[in-house]
Amino acid sequence: MKINEDIFSNKEKAMFALRQLYASHGFSMYRMSKFEEFELYAANRDFLDSSQIITFTDTDGMLMALKPDVTLSIVKNNRHIGNRIIKLYYNENIYRVSPKTHYFKEIMQVGLECLGKVDDKCISEVLLLAAESLKVLSDEAKLDVSNLDILTQLFASCGFPKETEEQITACISGKNAHSLERVCRSADLGPAKVELLKLLVNTYGRPEEVIPKLEDAFLKNSIFSFEEKEAYAESIGALKKIVEAFQEAGLEDILNIDFSVVSDLKYYNGIIFKGFSAGVPDGILSGGQYDKLMKSMKRTSRAIGFGVYMDSLGKLSKFDDEEVEIDG
Amino acid sequence: MDNMINVALPKGRLGDIVYEMFEKAGFECPSIKEKNRKLVFENPEAGVRYFWVKPSDVAIYVERGAADIGVVGKDILMEDKTNVYELVDLGVGKCRMAVAGPKGFAYDRDNELRVATKFVNVAREFYASSGTDIDIIHLNGSIELAPILGLSDVIVDLVETGTTLRENNLEVIEEIAQISARLIANKASFKFKTNQIENIMQKLEDIIE
Repeated sequence: MKINEDIFSNKEKAMFALRQLYASHGFSMYRMSKFEEFELYAANRDFLDSSQIITFTDTDGMLMALKPDVTLSIVKNNRHIGNRIIKLYYNENIYRVSPKTHYFKEIMQVGLECLGKVDDKCISEVLLLAAESLKVLSDEAKLDVSNLDILTQLFASCGFPKETEEQITACISGKNAHSLERVCRSADLGPAKVELLKLLVNTYGRPEEVIPKLEDAFLKNSIFSFEEKEAYAESIGALKKIVEAFQEAGLEDILNIDFSVVSDLKYYNGIIFKGFSAGVPDGILSGGQYDKLMKSMKRTSRAIGFGVYMDSLGKLSKFDDEEVEIDG
Repeated sequence: MDNMINVALPKGRLGDIVYEMFEKAGFECPSIKEKNRKLVFENPEAGVRYFWVKPSDVAIYVERGAADIGVVGKDILMEDKTNVYELVDLGVGKCRMAVAGPKGFAYDRDNELRVATKFVNVAREFYASSGTDIDIIHLNGSIELAPILGLSDVIVDLVETGTTLRENNLEVIEEIAQISARLIANKASFKFKTNQIENIMQKLEDIIE
């Protein structure tokens, strides 16, 4: 029997369009159980946005949880990766406490993960797929990209206690230059480094404007040693490679560089990103490299991925009355 | 997409001061000064649409995108941990968030410290950082009354001049944070209305300087 497409809601059509997009790029569908052992989340509590998890005791006495996250399960279940890249996509319901209502909510998430020998080509492919996903969902979208390594390197040269690092990260995330200055003043940080941290707050937008400013500030700065400059050049170079890939794909209009995209430094590293759509107050897609999570879960390989928050799409008028194209 | 910038202003004295700042910065909206019951005021030429909301609701309007930008006290941002950009310290509505108690009060740490406050999250976080067990008493007003009547040992509240504290035989024990009004922006609005929001930021900063 041929299924009439009219039976699907626009959100369902969007979900199938994303699945088709990922499958067409060689990603395999990954299915998992609704439940995981609670221990997985207890051991990686900080990786989750909230520590509140729905738990129950299974018939064998094992404490189980309704999945609040997909990435941890994928990493847990892919032990022997070897010298290759495992490319997976998923379409799963997860269960989290809404930061707005403070009640548990079932959230449909579509996303993908690459585990293994993640190289520049793989990183660019994932970011391009994030951009393509945004285009499927929204007529007016932006993908903000940051390289967390720049902040990590800067922190290493400042020697702040963890608490100060957290305060500064919050200021950068909130584009809050005035509080950042106060925190730096109370931490007795020298003016040159204060300026660099402020640059991460005040420099955002089109890559062709942001990258030269970063190069001037970090690569021509006499406070850094040759080795430090080399490390910053590598981090800025990683951003430049993404810009080139977007130019080649004709997607450069969607791309912004913005350091207010930050993730937990304990788990994430390198390229991180967040996708926005006009009309949706918060991001609809987020992702990044999480080599540090892999390491904490005793994996030797690298990883990158992203998730699309399908529940936030209801705010887009596109999902009320217009059709979403499935043929891609 | 609507290109006007929706601005949520806090009702009351602070809101009046802040609107004057916007007016001086070139974002005037004469109809806002008319005595009527209208809730939304706009000036298409200046590209702004204002609405008055309860001060504690401004951040929610902005976080949820009903307003692109807004002005809110740092105390509310600290308490609600709203997911917004905090762009400019407007330098008005200045006061302190502080712990206050009866003159000469000394906490012996043998008993749980009873803290009365409107700012439950701020108080919890402040005492957690020093490992102090507290019993939080959530009040919505007249906080200073709590230690006087023995309901609490101390209070966590906003202190402007300290007159109310002095007149009730209370004093500041410890300062938690400096408070003032902040210009905030919705994260997605900032991506799609960057130039307009930056223009408002810049002109307000020029006035502050």
